[in-house]
Amino acid sequence: MENKEKTSVWKPFINGLINENPTFVLMLGMCPTLAVTTSAINGLGMGLTTTVVLTMSNIIISALRKIIPDKVRIPAFIVIIASFVTIVGQFLEAYLPSLNSALGMFIPLIVVNCIILGRAEAFASKNGIIASMMDGLGMGFGFTAALTLIGAVREILGNFSVFGISFKSQLESIGMVPISIFIMAPGAFFVLAGINAIMSVIRDRQIKKNGESKIKAGCDTDCLSCGNNDCIHKFYDEKGGRR
Amino acid sequence: MASISATPHIRAKTSTTGIMGAVILALMPATVGGVINFGPKALLLICISIASAVFFEWGFEKIAQKRSSIKDLSAVLTGLLLALNLPVSVPWWMPVIGSFVAIVVIKMLFGGLGQNFMNPALGARCFLVISFSKLMTDFSYRPGWGAADAVSGATPLMSVKNGEAFDLESMFIGNEAGTIGETSALLLIIGGMFLMIAGIITWHLTFSYLISFVIFILIFSGHGFDMSYIGAQLYGGGLMLGAFFMATDYVTRPISRKGQLIYGIFLGVMTGIFRLFGPGAEGVSYAIVIGNLIVPLIDKISVPKHFGYRKEAA
Repeated sequence: MENKEKTSVWKPFINGLINENPTFVLMLGMCPTLAVTTSAINGLGMGLTTTVVLTMSNIIISALRKIIPDKVRIPAFIVIIASFVTIVGQFLEAYLPSLNSALGMFIPLIVVNCIILGRAEAFASKNGIIASMMDGLGMGFGFTAALTLIGAVREILGNFSVFGISFKSQLESIGMVPISIFIMAPGAFFVLAGINAIMSVIRDRQIKKNGESKIKAGCDTDCLSCGNNDCIHKFYDEKGGRR
Repeated sequence: MASISATPHIRAKTSTTGIMGAVILALMPATVGGVINFGPKALLLICISIASAVFFEWGFEKIAQKRSSIKDLSAVLTGLLLALNLPVSVPWWMPVIGSFVAIVVIKMLFGGLGQNFMNPALGARCFLVISFSKLMTDFSYRPGWGAADAVSGATPLMSVKNGEAFDLESMFIGNEAGTIGETSALLLIIGGMFLMIAGIITWHLTFSYLISFVIFILIFSGHGFDMSYIGAQLYGGGLMLGAFFMATDYVTRPISRKGQLIYGIFLGVMTGIFRLFGPGAEGVSYAIVIGNLIVPLIDKISVPKHFGYRKEAA
């Protein structure tokens, strides 16, 4: 099912970066989002690693989309994604061992990251190579930006530092104490929910002002009666998989 | 309020303000005892905590353009309970952060009084203990108002856990280290008895909590039937404050009496597990917070039978 209408190559990119941000709008890839964002640098590393895998696998899957039989597409996607994860993992192990040890188990787990499989299924398997590449880059950078933002907020509140630059001693000398719950697991939920709330406020203001907002609301309605055009479940509906 | 059944209704004079006021009144002996025990700093912390709790409730409702509910005294009660759960040595901003978490995050974001899934004061205490573990477990004890020297030391419950000597009588009266409001079992029991006589709380929850806790301690502590050990476990830490004032919070306890009995047993066992097998000496606040989460399930299995209802023979 090819997208017939002519659109700018930048449209999928902007779409992934803001309007359909995988973390804050689509709510995909929550495991790495919550687990590795204890610092801004970890979030950035995880986001860029995922971006590379996402872009490469989107390109290959888009190129092979007419060859891969429909019934075995999921195993085929997984094989392609796993190959790139292995390559990137070994690259990190060789050149960035500190980041590799900080991210640990979450590098191999990129194979089952639902952003990658979701974009393969929803976008790359029905769009051209250039559009799929831009979609992968946009989604990847959206994910990277989200993870870096969450990581920075958590690091600032929980450890008084950002990108490894610590201002702990200065702040502690004036009697401030870091709220260490923010670099523990509950803090990830607090920060994610807080940023999401801010996104909702912006969206509501835009809707009030212009009657609509470019920022999507994710799946805020029942999927079976979902009106969102770009929603993943819509894809199943079009294929007649679910009704 | 949308689905009120048809008349007739039972009319009662109880109101939210009345209940909250009675609980605050019942906490007064322990509050005054805590202030006498820990000095003016304790009074200052209590005032900051109440003031900031009321301020956050007022501010949130102002921003969210909701009807102001500060007159129902629930924010005052939350602030007071939070302060009673703090050690006296914490800095002044600690109750402010705690009140913010309690009122804004745990209570108002979930819809205000009656909608919160967790006791706000206890949830905030757990937040603070996890965030500032060093400050929140610094139980320096300043005896009386005049003495300048702080006696830094373990809480009696810690001594009990480590098998050191403890003074049961002072644990009962409350001249010891601990958080501001938890030290005196006597004053807390007086307040709790007042609540029971006034009909604000019933015996079911509190007593099933305490009795199941004692039975758990008897079986698993390895001390056997040692009355002074059991007494120390009962009077030490926040058990009395939790059993009389925290677990019985109207919003976060099961509705039916049968449910309250089940809830009490759950809390007793959880507290026992935390105290005997956990890394720390105290576990009341975590036990109640976890208990809060299963209250909807308990409510589901403990629906009272209608009068005259008979199970049909199969």
